[in-house]
Order: sequence, then structure tokens, then C-alpha cells
Amino acid sequence: MEMPVPNPAILARKEAIIAKLRGCVPTDALIWDEMETRAYECDALTAYRCAPLAVVLPATTEEVSAVLKVCHAEGVPVVPRGSGTSLAGGALPTADSVVIGVSRMNAVLETDYDNRIIRVQTGRTNLSVTGAVEQDDFFYAPDPSSQLACAIAGNIAMNSGGAHCLKYGVTTNNLMGVTMVMMDGTVFEIGGAHLDAAGLDLLGVICGSEGQLGVVTEATLRILHKPEGARPVLMGFDSNEVAGECVSDIIKAGVLPVAIEFMDRPCIEACEAFAKAGYPMCEALLIVEVEGSEAEIAEQLALITDIAKRHNPVELREAKDADEAGRIWLGRKSAFGAMGQINDYMCLDGTIPVSSLPFVLRRIGEMSKEYGLDVANVFHAGDGNMHPLILFNANKPGDLELCEAFGADILKLCVEVGGCLTGEHGVGIEKRDLMAHQYRPEDLEVQMAVKDVFDPAWLLNPAKVFPLAASEGRRVVQVAAE
Amino acid sequence: MRPETEADLAEIIKGAAGPLRIQGGGTRDIGKPVDGALLQTGGLTGVTLYEPGSLTLVARAGTPLAEVEAVLDAEGQRLPFEPMDHRGLLGRDGVPTVGGMAASNVSGPRRIQSGACRDYMLGVRFVDGAGTVLSNGGRVMKNVTGYDLVKLMAGSYGTLGVLTEVSFKVLPKPEASACVLINDLSETEAVEAMSRALGSPFDVSGVAHLPVGVDGAPVTMIRVEGFAESVRYRSGRLAALFAGRDVTVETDPERVAAGWRYVRDAEPFHAAPGDVWRLSVKPSDAPGLVAASGALQAIYDWGGGLVWLLMPVASDLRARLGGFAGHATLVRGNEDTRRALPVFQPEPGPVAAISAGLRARFDPRGILNPGIMG
Ligand SMILES: Cc1cc2nc3c(=O)[nH]c(=O)nc-3n(C[C@H](O)[C@H](O)[C@H](O)COP(=O)(O)OP(=O)(O)OC[C@H]3O[C@@H](n4cnc5c(N)ncnc54)[C@H](O)[C@@H]3O)c2cc1C
Repeated sequence: MEMPVPNPAILARKEAIIAKLRGCVPTDALIWDEMETRAYECDALTAYRCAPLAVVLPATTEEVSAVLKVCHAEGVPVVPRGSGTSLAGGALPTADSVVIGVSRMNAVLETDYDNRIIRVQTGRTNLSVTGAVEQDDFFYAPDPSSQLACAIAGNIAMNSGGAHCLKYGVTTNNLMGVTMVMMDGTVFEIGGAHLDAAGLDLLGVICGSEGQLGVVTEATLRILHKPEGARPVLMGFDSNEVAGECVSDIIKAGVLPVAIEFMDRPCIEACEAFAKAGYPMCEALLIVEVEGSEAEIAEQLALITDIAKRHNPVELREAKDADEAGRIWLGRKSAFGAMGQINDYMCLDGTIPVSSLPFVLRRIGEMSKEYGLDVANVFHAGDGNMHPLILFNANKPGDLELCEAFGADILKLCVEVGGCLTGEHGVGIEKRDLMAHQYRPEDLEVQMAVKDVFDPAWLLNPAKVFPLAASEGRRVVQVAAE
Repeated sequence: MRPETEADLAEIIKGAAGPLRIQGGGTRDIGKPVDGALLQTGGLTGVTLYEPGSLTLVARAGTPLAEVEAVLDAEGQRLPFEPMDHRGLLGRDGVPTVGGMAASNVSGPRRIQSGACRDYMLGVRFVDGAGTVLSNGGRVMKNVTGYDLVKLMAGSYGTLGVLTEVSFKVLPKPEASACVLINDLSETEAVEAMSRALGSPFDVSGVAHLPVGVDGAPVTMIRVEGFAESVRYRSGRLAALFAGRDVTVETDPERVAAGWRYVRDAEPFHAAPGDVWRLSVKPSDAPGLVAASGALQAIYDWGGGLVWLLMPVASDLRARLGGFAGHATLVRGNEDTRRALPVFQPEPGPVAAISAGLRARFDPRGILNPGIMG
């Protein structure tokens, strides 16, 4: 992966820059020792690493603002960071950058059940937002599988989704306001406890902008009362096509499950070996979850199983109690861990129209043979967000490159059938150079124009999202101005 | 000017000598009056893709909303955000279009549960102020590829570009609905009751309060939708939450629908003289703000988060309210008032600077509905 050459002028001024940053945060919140900055050299896309010039861990919006003012004045690039779980290299530093990590900013600022909002500092982890309100039977809906670790900051930057977003939406649908610090240190407030923007929907653009428009320090999130209950049903089919048709029929029948998860045979086998959830060995598994009172759950599940039966399932297992429900989810939730046990893998994240599911799965199978690399599929079927996991051997020379080429082909296929490169993980560095397959030059240009407005010097989160060639003019201007 | 293709629209904008006043169906005359040549999108029509099993519909911007709704209805689906029809309130006729709805991010009572128009917009095609055809997003439900300009276009009132095509996520229409009605609550009690309903596990899809109901007395409305049994169960549980109050449950589908249309379209104000303002606030702040406003009448929707105010002509609502968290829009007012008062909530400095910067980039000549969002 090509990254821009670090600006030698900045590297040469390291000491002077550190000295200025010292004035912004307490001593223990500034890291510049080369051994220690290495802890921040990558995110969950571990194939790419680069230690930054320095790391600051501010505790307040004011400290973030002070740090950004220094970086702005010095022309130093800034990489915002939450918990570093990005799978797209979204938080990958450059050698001439300062990482601003918000992990110490994890306070709950306000909980308001009457108005159904919680206001938090963005370093707070996703799961601990729900943790702060669950004793009162409330929850925060977006639930990425990484929710134990990932921070609201990263969720906002990536517009993260989760298993339950078919019903509750993704981050952008549950985000009501932010406090954001712009590159020049200006503090910017948008939205709040009220709904919808007054003027242009800037909140909508900030969410999903991958840390390139500002550093988000506080967020107002919508919280909801928990449903009375929830229960999954597991169904097995002897072909991907049939499972795909079943998904489409469930949706057309007017049921709106909270989740429809899909796993194919390689994934089922790996999960079974790892988690021993008692999955049947078949070509495709669906886990469909519905919510409500006991009677409501029973009514919806009856409808869903009726539909499933029309497709001759090889297995149909309704959870009778919490224990069985847990076992049904166990395999799915440990899917990534299970794959990690047997191999190195790369997790893709393209979205396709639900109707193209059988075709795309068949093509992926064919490509897998051509490339000689195995693929396991696990994904959110209700919304067409696929997660093909390509297995490779990191120690075998050339395997990573082969895997990346295969991955790129799968993502191009997603675009060809009317879908997109990434449904929830973000572009980062990983899919940056594929952007031209989805967008024409002018469509990328207008997105870059948005960044020009928020961050004219292009200092925030360099070399992400846009192909390097497309953003070159802007980045070169910035270096030339040094 | 009424182009019939996107390419013609682009040519018109490219060649425009001065400001353009952009119009879909002309049913939502909201904003500062714009002086410019009329550019209509009503010629760009047609549903270009509808896949019920994928919950996706794509339509050209000038497609009548009614046509989209009919196509969806035939498959038992709908636009979940329940877009308001502004015609009665603004005294307009004409045909609401998909593009007009999207450009003004129009939602209705279900916004509180399901989200706004912007939450269901998956992709857009539009022509910017230089005449370039652009696209963003797509036709799939989950998409974080690049910046989300779809949201930016929603509610931008034509100032960033003229929409030519919009794709939507749609949802199944529920089998049944019911409305729990609580009579004679004060405004503060009503907001508390609505908050209780919204904070319950019963998945309410609408919560409104009319201080002056159809029969003149206050009524609070709580809607549930879904499968028949489930609706019966949840409306029963909700009614039980307010035991001790004067509670009834309306289950006649026609009457439930009519009641919510009444709220959605702010029907009580259709024939009433005066300006109409729309307040978006924290629900618990609403009763205090209504009292401070000196309004002739109010309608609470979204559990109090949205308040419609009927005000004496030319009154400066914002001056009466003082500083408050949220925003106020003058939706109905005569031209003089709309020229004299900001129609949209004035933005704080840094936000205003970003908005101006974006408009300058999307529309360098400042010809698309100039000033409409002032
Ligand atoms: C095992 C595993 C499972 C996962 N499952 C899911 C899933 O189900 N759904 C899903 O959507 N994702 C998933 N992810 C991806 C990842 O967890 C999400 O992208 C998450 O939101 C990243 O959060 P983070 O705090 O770790 O962000 P980081 O990795 O630290 O950063 C992510 C991006 O956010 C930016 N950023 C961070 N903080 C700020 C800030 N304060 N202001 C502005 N920008 C900022 C960064 O610059 C970077 O571009 C998974 C990852 C792993 C490892």
C-alpha cells in the first residue's frame, strides 16, 4: 500500500513540535518515545504499520483544541483515533503525523430518559454506552461486533453498523449531535437533543467522514427502551440460492426482523469447530431474530418458519429459552475469532442488492478456485452487507498480495451488481484506490471539495478515503506551503 | 424551463445567465422568496427501479409522490417517514414530487420512531451549480463508501444542486394500527405522558398532543402499528400505563389514519389566519417554549420534539423565545414577513461559515435558489 512520503521538514522539527504540544496537555498525555508510539502504529488492519511522530491523549475538548491549534500552525498532519479497531486502516498514522487518541475521554456527560438521549465523550466504548443505561432497561442500538472495544468516536467516523441495524439503523440514524474540533482548533457544535438539522445536514456529512473533517469529542446519542424480549430462529438450507430466496420472502411478507444473519458452509464449519454451537452441517445457515412480548415473538416466528418451510430447510430450530438463544448466536458471534484460529484472513465488507445474493455468492466461489484461496461468507443478509473472509497465509510470500487482489475483485463485483465497496467498515487506506470503480472523477471531486471546506490544508487523517492520485494536487499544495 | 432529461437540465444550468428558482411540484413554498428564472423538475419522471424483496425504490426527482406511493402500496410497502403534504397548510395546489420532498427533508409523525426522510435516502443524482451531473450513495441499504453527500442534499432546498434522481429504502406496511387517546391532559402532563409512551418497550410509531382537539378539548394520541395481535396487545398495555386517566383506544383503520393525517399536515391551522412556525426542540422544553411564544394555538408532534405554532402575522417568534436549544422555521408567512425575518434559524458563526463554504463550492456562481435558506 502506497503512502505519501513523510514531510522531512516536519520530521526534522520533531523536538520543537513536541515542546509546543507539551504546553497543551499534562505530561502523561503526550507520548513521543519511539518504543511507546509503536503501540499506535496500526489499527485492526495489522498488515500496515507506521509509528507516528507523537501521540496525545487529551482529556477534554479544550485540550483537543489546543493540540489542533499547534498542529495547524506547524502544518503537522493529525490522525484521530478511537480504540484502533478499524478494519480499513482508517487510523493508520503517517510518520510525520500526530495521533490524537480520545480513549481517555470516556465520561457520560448527561443521561436523560425523558428525552431519550445520552451525551458522552466519544472515547467511551460502544458497549459501555448501553452499559450506562441498561440498569434502567434502555440501550444504544448500533451494535458492531467489536462493541466491547470500539469507541463512539470511531463509530461516528465510520458510520458503523451492527447485527441489529435492519430495524434500528446504523450510527447516522442514532446520532443527534456532536461537538467537533476543526483542524484550526475552532470548536463546532451541531445538533443536540432536538431532531434534524436547522440548516444543511452537516451532522450527516460528519458521520462517516473517517476523521477527515474534524476531531469529534462529544456526542448526543438516541437511546431506546429495550424490547420485552427477543428470540432467534436458526434455519439450515442445502443451497445458498434457497437461503437467499428465503430472506427475500421473509422481507416481502412484511415481517421486519431485527436481524437476519447468513453463514455459508466454510464459515459454519469453522465456527462449529471453534465454538461448538451445535450448528447443522449444511450449505447455508440463517439466523433470524425477532423482538417483542412472548406472544408477539411467537406470532412473528410462526410466520417466518412457515416461509422457511416452503423452502425445504434441512434444519429449523427455534430457541425455546435464553440458553438456546445464546447457543444460536454463539457461533455467529465467534465467527471472526473462529476464522482467525484456522488462518490469517482478510475481512471484506461490500454491500449488494439482496436480490443479487445467489449470483454474487456463486461468483465468489468461482473466483476462490481461480485464486486458490478459500473464502468463508458471513453477513447481514437483510441489508445485503456481505463479509467475505478470505483466508491466506501471512508467512507465505506473495499470499497477502494475492489475497488483496482477490478482495479487490470481489469488491468490484459488488459495485458491478449495483452495490458498493463498503457497507460499514469504511474506506480507510484499504479501499482508497478502489474508489474510482464506484465513483467517477467528478463524484470524487465533489467529496474532496467538502474536505476543502472543513480542512483547507488537508491535514486531517492524510491518505485515507481518496485515491492518492486524486488527492495529490491538494496534498502537494499543502507540502509546498511549508 | 421544464427539462425532460437530466442532460437537458445540466445544459440549462450550465448556460444560466442568472439566478434560478427551482421548483418540483411547487407545493412546498418554504424559505425566503427567491427572485430568479423558474426551473421546474416536473418533467423528470418515472420510477426507474423497484425491488420489493430488496426494500429499494429509485425514482426520478419529478415523479409525483402519489405515483411512488401507489407503486409501493401495490406491494404492501411504503415510505416509512410519512411525508407531510404541505398543500393545505400553505394554500397551494400542484403535485408534490419526490425531489421536492427530498430537498426539504419532509417527514411526518413516524419520524420519532422510524427516522426522517434523510434516513431513508440511499442515493442521489443531482446537477450542481456549474451544470455538472453528480452522484453519491447508491441503491443499497448499507453504504459508507466515501462521504455521505446524500444526507447533505436532503434538506438543502436546492441550494447545493438540483436533484434528478433519488433512491429510497422502503419498508413493509403494517397489517394493523391503533391509536390510544388520552383526554384532557395539560400540556406539561401531555409531554410527560408522551415521554412515558416513547420510553416504553411498546414501539410506538407516533405521539402527538392537540391542546385543542377536534371537539375543542385537549387530546393526546399514541399510535402503534404492526400485526393485528401485537397491535391489540401493545395498545392495551399502553392504555394500562395511563389507567386513572380518561383513555380510549381507536382501532378503526380509517379513523386512525385520518387522525394522524390531521397531525401530519397540521390541519388545525389550514383555515386559521396567522403565520405558522415549526419548532424543533428537546421535548421536555416544549411546554415552556409554547407558553413563552404567545402562540394562538399549538400542535405537539414527536412527543413534543416538534411543535407547530400558529402566531399572529409578522411576529418575531425567536425574539419572544430568547435563546433556546433547537431551531425555529417560519413555514407559513406572507412575503413581507419572510423577507423581514430569517425563515430558517440563524446559524452560529463557525456553522454558518461551513455552510457558506459548501454552497460556494457546490454552486460557485450562487445561482441555485440563492438566499432561500436565509
Ligand atoms: C473483530 C471486529 C469486528 C468488527 N465488527 C464490526 C461490525 O460489526 N460493524 C462495523 O461497522 N464495524 C465493525 N468493525 C470495525 C470497527 O470496529 C469499527 O469501524 C469501529 O467503529 C472503529 O472504532 P474505533 O474506536 O476502534 O476507531 P479507530 O479504529 O480508532 O478509528 C476509526 C476511524 O475513526 C477515526 N476517528 C477515531 N476517533 C475519531 C474522532 N474522535 N474524531 C474523528 N474521527 C475519529 C479514525 O481516524 C479512523 O478513520 C469490527 C472490527 C473488528 C476488529
